[in-house]
Amino acid sequence: MEANYSKFDNVCRILEENSYDSAKLIPILQAVQEVYRYLPEEILAFIASSLNISPAKVYGVATFFAHFTLKPKGKHIIKVCDGTACHVKKSTSLIDAVKKELGLKDGQNTTKDMLFTLETVSCLGACGLAPVMLMDDDVYGQMTPEKVSALLKETIKSEGNIK
Amino acid sequence: MEKILTINNAKVSFENERNILEVIRKENIELPTFCYHSELSAYGSCRLCMIEVEGRGILPACSTPPEAGMKIKTNNEQIREMRKIIVELLLANHDKDCTACRKSESCQLQTLARKLGINRVRFKSVLKQEPKDFSTYSLVRDPSKCVLCGDCVRFCEEIQSVGAIGFANRGPNSTVCPSFGKNMNDSECVYCGQCVRVCPTGALTIKSEVSEVWNALSDPKKKVVVAIAPAVRASIGEVFGVPGENGTEAAGKMVSALRSMGFARVFDISFSADMTIVEEANEFVERLGNGGVFPMFTSCCPAWIKFVEQYYPDMLPNLSSCRSPQGMFGSIARKMLPENIEVQKEDLVIVSVMPCTAKKFEARRPELSMENRQDIDYVLTTQELARMIEESGLNFKELELSPFDMPLGFKTGGGVIFGNSGGVTEAVLRNVIHNKSADVDEVAAFDFVRGENGIREATVNAGGKELNIAVVHGLKNAREVVRVLRENPSKYDFVEVMACPGGCIGGAGQPVYKDMSVRKRRTKVLYDNDKTLELHKPQDNPYVQRVYDKYMEGKPGTHSAHELLHAPHFNRKRLTERPFPIYKPSKEKKLEIDVCFGTACIVRGAQKLLQQILEYIAEKDYKDNVEVDASFCFEKCSKGPLVKIADTVIEKCTIEAAKAAIDEKMR
Repeated sequence: MEANYSKFDNVCRILEENSYDSAKLIPILQAVQEVYRYLPEEILAFIASSLNISPAKVYGVATFFAHFTLKPKGKHIIKVCDGTACHVKKSTSLIDAVKKELGLKDGQNTTKDMLFTLETVSCLGACGLAPVMLMDDDVYGQMTPEKVSALLKETIKSEGNIK
Repeated sequence: MEKILTINNAKVSFENERNILEVIRKENIELPTFCYHSELSAYGSCRLCMIEVEGRGILPACSTPPEAGMKIKTNNEQIREMRKIIVELLLANHDKDCTACRKSESCQLQTLARKLGINRVRFKSVLKQEPKDFSTYSLVRDPSKCVLCGDCVRFCEEIQSVGAIGFANRGPNSTVCPSFGKNMNDSECVYCGQCVRVCPTGALTIKSEVSEVWNALSDPKKKVVVAIAPAVRASIGEVFGVPGENGTEAAGKMVSALRSMGFARVFDISFSADMTIVEEANEFVERLGNGGVFPMFTSCCPAWIKFVEQYYPDMLPNLSSCRSPQGMFGSIARKMLPENIEVQKEDLVIVSVMPCTAKKFEARRPELSMENRQDIDYVLTTQELARMIEESGLNFKELELSPFDMPLGFKTGGGVIFGNSGGVTEAVLRNVIHNKSADVDEVAAFDFVRGENGIREATVNAGGKELNIAVVHGLKNAREVVRVLRENPSKYDFVEVMACPGGCIGGAGQPVYKDMSVRKRRTKVLYDNDKTLELHKPQDNPYVQRVYDKYMEGKPGTHSAHELLHAPHFNRKRLTERPFPIYKPSKEKKLEIDVCFGTACIVRGAQKLLQQILEYIAEKDYKDNVEVDASFCFEKCSKGPLVKIADTVIEKCTIEAAKAAIDEKMR
């Protein structure tokens, strides 16, 4: 009960801090996504009615930016760079390796246990390290499918220990 | 000093044109556009109006202001090729089933492809067929035909201030859809249909009821009657090349066409518009007499009604409770026609022809039905009627003129001008202020409410009392009037609102127009039609009086008049959004508590109230059996904060009131 309430309370606080200003929609959505790790539909509708703008507009902004997600994300976010430099260095093989290791099917980005979410990004600005990927805030350069597999196995193992 | 620029080597002077496109079009050069509408903001997305400005290269004419001395080329090899590529690219992911498309007669994409001489598309088709949205009674959305010009989005937002649809996603996945990818019917759409009018392709179309009407007509057991709205006579001639003038010719030919198609009777909604005026004017006078709610809002526009129901539920009492002319026609016809034209009740089929897409939605309002059958069975728009006339092979231009059937076909000019913005007000004034017959000149005394401004104000003297009137068209203007009224509730006594610019003559069911002069011409047709009629004041309509005598105790405002001619309006949720769960019980749920978190309730302390309720539930150990949700608007905003405990909504809820109610339910 407290968890849900405090999250909702947070949303109210975020709106207040941004003085219910519709021009601050993006920072509001960013802050709300930090609270929920995604943007629940009901909360977006609530934000729209609080800011006096149409829900369609809020939905438009929330779906325009890759940063926002309307589906719950996993605990660890893997971002594989698929920019030009990484692409020619076979970044697609990294994506395949992640999918294989985590058992992600086509169109599925998040594992069933909500531990991982796979995303591709257009450039991480670290082309010298191509092919490059991020897990949460850590950068992994010159990756290979084997290294990907090892990294994921290790993470899953440490998560198991936490449990 | 005169400002001059050069277009294709010709010197052209310009003044305050907003952009080069307007200067070029003024010179009678047609630049192709998808996303430019003079009513809307310039968007610059379609890139079809590209021109060459010497020294500055290729620029979009719609979003470049004119400057003196510019040397402009509107048509050279490079520009032509560019336009071709743009249209071909649009065609590459377009669903090209043009022959079966409802928009084919007015499709700009088709027209442009033809004008630009495109005889093949050089690009591979990347069409992704997406499901059509048939959820509403008024419109159909087909994303596979969308060219993303954004005209619909901007109209909905800028002119109507509704914003039911918007852009979603990005890049190749961009799409125009209601919030959260829902159906139109679950959005705030008021069904005015103006998005359909401005949509250059078949992505948004009118939902057709043509085949249902043909089916009824070919059923030998049924008697099908039809009633035509005032605004239809101002526009139907456009389709068949019959000049407008005063609308008499178009109306006469239309009646002939409908008879030959098999309609048993052809009536005129202007008759029930007269009745609406008599009833509504009576309501207004009653309110003046008994200190009722002011200002009184008109209630004939179904899009405006839904707008008030979902955005301003606290102002529902301001709406006149009178049904619209279509609504009144339906109930009166159901009541009197079975006897009058000798038909079994269940075999009577009533069709209306309307300039409006929202009327289709209105006809399905449960309040406008009798014994589980909706009063109006089918609503056709002007466009659909035109298609039926074409389908039946009639040469409209050569048809004889026929008169409407009596008694529901007799009208005064007051009922006809209903189709123009300001018409309802003018007719009400003719009724309220004069009560004796008068000639046209005297009637013209009220034409100060005519005009094109979005918000027009007037003050008239009625029996020693000053009446302040506002006439509004376009829902954004209506929102502005409501805002003003919130600050100064006594600013107006009477407010007429029509959702569509120009009123019903500009409705989305009318033949598609882009040029504003079309709207002006239609407005004039109705005012001129008024002049040709014998009577001008609704109260002078002898048949209206006869209907009152026979069915409603002889006068407006009686109990039976209320039953037949009035209907309630309801709070309506803007979105069919689920409430947000704050707390779910761990064991059997015994009580559900909903705290309203609409804007008005937040301002009045809903947040603190929710916190206190949660604390109280914890304190009393109700945690195992109580569910708590935050809802996003009970649409009773003036009475917030609102808390729903089980089935009871507590208005102006305090924590003490909530505690008492919770205790009572949990006992």
